Amino acid sequence: MSPRDLFGAALRGLGANKLRSLLTVLGVSIGVGAVIVLVAVGNGSGKAVQDRLEAMGTNLLSVSTTGGGGGFQRGQAGPSAQQYSLTLEDASALADKRLAPDVASAAPVMTSSGTATNGDVSYTVNQVIGTTPSYLPATNTPVEIGQSFTQQDVDSSQRVILLGQTAATELFTRPAAAVGQTIKLGAVDFVVLGVLASKDSTGFSDPNATAIVPISTLRATQAGYGSLNQIVVQAADKDRVDVAEAEVTELLTARHQVPADETSPFRITNSAQILQTSQDTAKTFTALLATVAAISLVVGGIGVTNIMLVTVTERTREIGIRKALGARRRTILGQFLIEATLLSLIGGAVGVGAALIVSRFQLAGVQPVLVPSSIALALGVSAAVGLFFGSMPAHRAAGLRPIDALRHE
Amino acid sequence: MAADALIDIRDVTKTYGAGETAVHALRGVSLRVEAGEYVAVMGSSGSGKSTLMNILGCLDIPSRGEYWLDGSNVARLTEDQQALVRGRKIGFIFQSFNLIPRTTAIANVELPLTYAHLRRAERHKRAARALELVGLSDRADHRPNQLSGGQQQRVAIARALATGPRILLADEPTGNLDQHSTEEVLGMFDELNADGRTVVVITHENEVAARARRLIQVSDGRIVADEVTR
Repeated sequence: MSPRDLFGAALRGLGANKLRSLLTVLGVSIGVGAVIVLVAVGNGSGKAVQDRLEAMGTNLLSVSTTGGGGGFQRGQAGPSAQQYSLTLEDASALADKRLAPDVASAAPVMTSSGTATNGDVSYTVNQVIGTTPSYLPATNTPVEIGQSFTQQDVDSSQRVILLGQTAATELFTRPAAAVGQTIKLGAVDFVVLGVLASKDSTGFSDPNATAIVPISTLRATQAGYGSLNQIVVQAADKDRVDVAEAEVTELLTARHQVPADETSPFRITNSAQILQTSQDTAKTFTALLATVAAISLVVGGIGVTNIMLVTVTERTREIGIRKALGARRRTILGQFLIEATLLSLIGGAVGVGAALIVSRFQLAGVQPVLVPSSIALALGVSAAVGLFFGSMPAHRAAGLRPIDALRHE
Repeated sequence: MAADALIDIRDVTKTYGAGETAVHALRGVSLRVEAGEYVAVMGSSGSGKSTLMNILGCLDIPSRGEYWLDGSNVARLTEDQQALVRGRKIGFIFQSFNLIPRTTAIANVELPLTYAHLRRAERHKRAARALELVGLSDRADHRPNQLSGGQQQRVAIARALATGPRILLADEPTGNLDQHSTEEVLGMFDELNADGRTVVVITHENEVAARARRLIQVSDGRIVADEVTR
């Protein structure tokens, strides 16, 4: 029997019970569609996190200190916490091209919080950041309306402030109206110089609920003259991040006279490392989704087996007739295998089509990004599902003895 | 030598089941049919005539004994070779027609030719000729449920003839037909036999048996009478 004849027989077989074939196809297409869409969602959410982190700047190093470096031991004179505290001088030294040639800029950061008031309206700013102007380009935080403060403002402790989108909206309803106005932060008046551009959230906290002031002003009016919370260092180039990190460690170790046998009290967070970590998380997430989808594909495959078993039972007599007319074992086997494979391949094609449409839309806040290999895989698996799950019923049909099949009512 | 007979059954028994509940459908049957004969096998229900027909048609194999068909020992053939024998040498006609449902008359007739690996064009030509032979050319594109019983049986005859088999095996071919259709079908058997085709008809109707030239009576799994009637 030629392939064309086999296909003809298989198609007629499927057409004999259209509703049943349709429902079986639906089962497989849901499985295939789920694999493609869920993998795309996992991939898309990974991409989204990656984009946000890249927007933050991949050549960013965040330096903080762990305090006493584990040197406090009872009854012993260890290095004090003060010794390892980050200072403004550290920031200036790191920014010095001769001391750390691969560092583009270094911005000292102190954080505080406080209540800002504009007349009767008050708003609690969770994060008041005291820093220098180089903080803004390093962390990819442009000023949207108005302008930034300058190094001069820092040097002369000017009472100027930049508001995040949320803070500006809360205080002035329209962010544009904030520029040039005076607000109170705590008991001190600040002139609003600008409003920062809106930022996407990378975590649970709102990155727009901030205010940025010159670090000297923050120390004078809000936080006192304690140590820095961190120093934000920008490497000269994306590829020089590791070198810059080494230079920072070396410089700080020397400046703070950390003994060679002690673990470094400085913690340097590399944004590339964060990116790597989040990509790994996204991969795990994708694998999890793919597993769930694969289960539904298997369930669809069992549907194929089920329907083919019913079909073989129903058409036992027909199988008997075909055998009496000279059909060989492999001809019957081929016919039923092709039927099962067609069911799952059509299901696979429909599933791919549906997945292509569905993945154009945002799902659970994530824009799915299709993985071409997942489409090929899902189609291949659906064909394999047909062959695998169809082979048992097909073998049963082919193995029927003609006389038993003919006697079947 | 026995090999020159078309059908040669030697001391065949067929037992279903085992032990206490065993059913002995055939208890030692020997039978030779030469090419060109017109044989009727008669017997009451349960006599073993259907079992005999199934063995003759290679649909079932004997428990013991040998069956030589056209010079080859059927029991020695593989499953696929048996399928080939069914397709090439034997044309079946059943009481319940056994056409494939939802499939046109001509496609039904083409089916055994498909299994015999004929090319599409050749298949179509032969099937059309077979349908013409039974006078159903104008019904070629009808499905079985659009045909009367007599017409269905004629399609089945066309299908049985399509491959040009040496033997026509008919199991109660007129059991589901009215008087007129019965007459038509029997007339066709007469013609086919006159053209030299071997015809074996299993029946319990005297009217059908009377058309054959040799009558074999089966009872309780044995041949009790075997006579040339015409």
